[in-house]
Amino acid sequence: MKFELHRGRGVGNTGVSPFMHCLRGLACLGGIAILLAGCRLDMHIQPKYLPYEPSNFFNDGRSERPVVPGAVARGQLHTDELLYTGRENGVVSDKFPFPMTRADLERGRERYNIYCTPCHDYTGNGQGMIVQRGFPPPPSFHLDSLRQAPAGHFFEVITNGFGSMYSYAARVEPEDRWRIAGYIRALQLSQHAILQDVPESDRAKLTENQTKAQGHAAAQP
Amino acid sequence: MAQIFHHSTNVLSRLSIYGGVFIVALLGAALYEIELSPWYTDVHVSREQPVPFSHKHHAGELGIDCRYCHTSVEKSSFAGVPPTQTCMTCHSQIWTNSAMLEPVRASYRDDKSISWTRVNALPDFVYFDHSIHVSKGIGCTTCHGQIAEMPLTYRAGTLYMSWCLDCHRQPEKYVRPKSQVFNPNYQVPDNQEQLGRELVKEYKIQSLQNCSVCHR
Repeated sequence: MKFELHRGRGVGNTGVSPFMHCLRGLACLGGIAILLAGCRLDMHIQPKYLPYEPSNFFNDGRSERPVVPGAVARGQLHTDELLYTGRENGVVSDKFPFPMTRADLERGRERYNIYCTPCHDYTGNGQGMIVQRGFPPPPSFHLDSLRQAPAGHFFEVITNGFGSMYSYAARVEPEDRWRIAGYIRALQLSQHAILQDVPESDRAKLTENQTKAQGHAAAQP
Repeated sequence: MAQIFHHSTNVLSRLSIYGGVFIVALLGAALYEIELSPWYTDVHVSREQPVPFSHKHHAGELGIDCRYCHTSVEKSSFAGVPPTQTCMTCHSQIWTNSAMLEPVRASYRDDKSISWTRVNALPDFVYFDHSIHVSKGIGCTTCHGQIAEMPLTYRAGTLYMSWCLDCHRQPEKYVRPKSQVFNPNYQVPDNQEQLGRELVKEYKIQSLQNCSVCHR
């Protein structure tokens, strides 16, 4: 290309006709066009589907395909009735399918705080932020009826939804649903505890806070 | 043979030589500015969306956790755009007559996906994985900016390779405690350098800079 330009510049000296001059110019432009044609986005936009990429191939426009009815993916043959339905022989069970360790409860608290607090609030009283914005309030976890409900009931409600609550099955894994159920039990305990439930070494702290709060309240006009 | 050009034209030739240098430099500077300008990078440019979804309202004012909607961010390369069912979890009961939300209701009714406009996109030859970043203490807002203050979502970083490498070269400048990863209001502490170095050690963060880490 450079060569072409160089020769082009010498037009007057070499006695090349204006027609040839023009032709050379065109050849030059053509060369640039061919080089630019090399600038393509093949690697940027590869012929593969990334998550949620639309598709013109399927009628519904989605590249992600629904599971064929009856298909069971590897590792998703859910034969453990208690773990995946919260029931034993068809009856809602109060048993947890695996022991609730401290780590499980902490994971349950984390999941509860993500998925449940918008409505059920951090203490489980059913007055979460979305309820304050007009969502029908769910019952408090501290009602007698729910304190006596079997653990499998909470699992079932998370899985299938209840009343105006939608199913959370797509958002929370079965194991995590059990951990949330475990954490709800912990919340229920927390709201019905008596001083004797607290280890003696920690009791002083509670009463200390109480006297402070009372002192604070008394100081208020 | 008489001189074709007068002696004074030397000034012109000098000017054009110096001018050439400056013009090239100016051109370079202009290209650099353009490359970093919002016009080219889309940084701070809100995109038109089928529903004017506000992260400021949902994540900021209501305090909904990022993971409530972006459920796969901890276990997948893709953070996940919520299905319409997630929107309808609340909006089947509140703002049910809002005209703004009609596309959401229509999507749920007709089982048609909402076509959101992508805000952050990488070229197909870059293999980015959300899960490893959030599990090593890189917060959402580190890359996505002050999402809890965005009425309409915009891109906060250029997503250039140099932008990725800024952190890959010096992770201690950006890492935060794992408990704060999903906190949209996290403030970088004054002792970030020191805290960062400790966290890099504790979380065993590698300063990965091989090409094949991201380009496979």
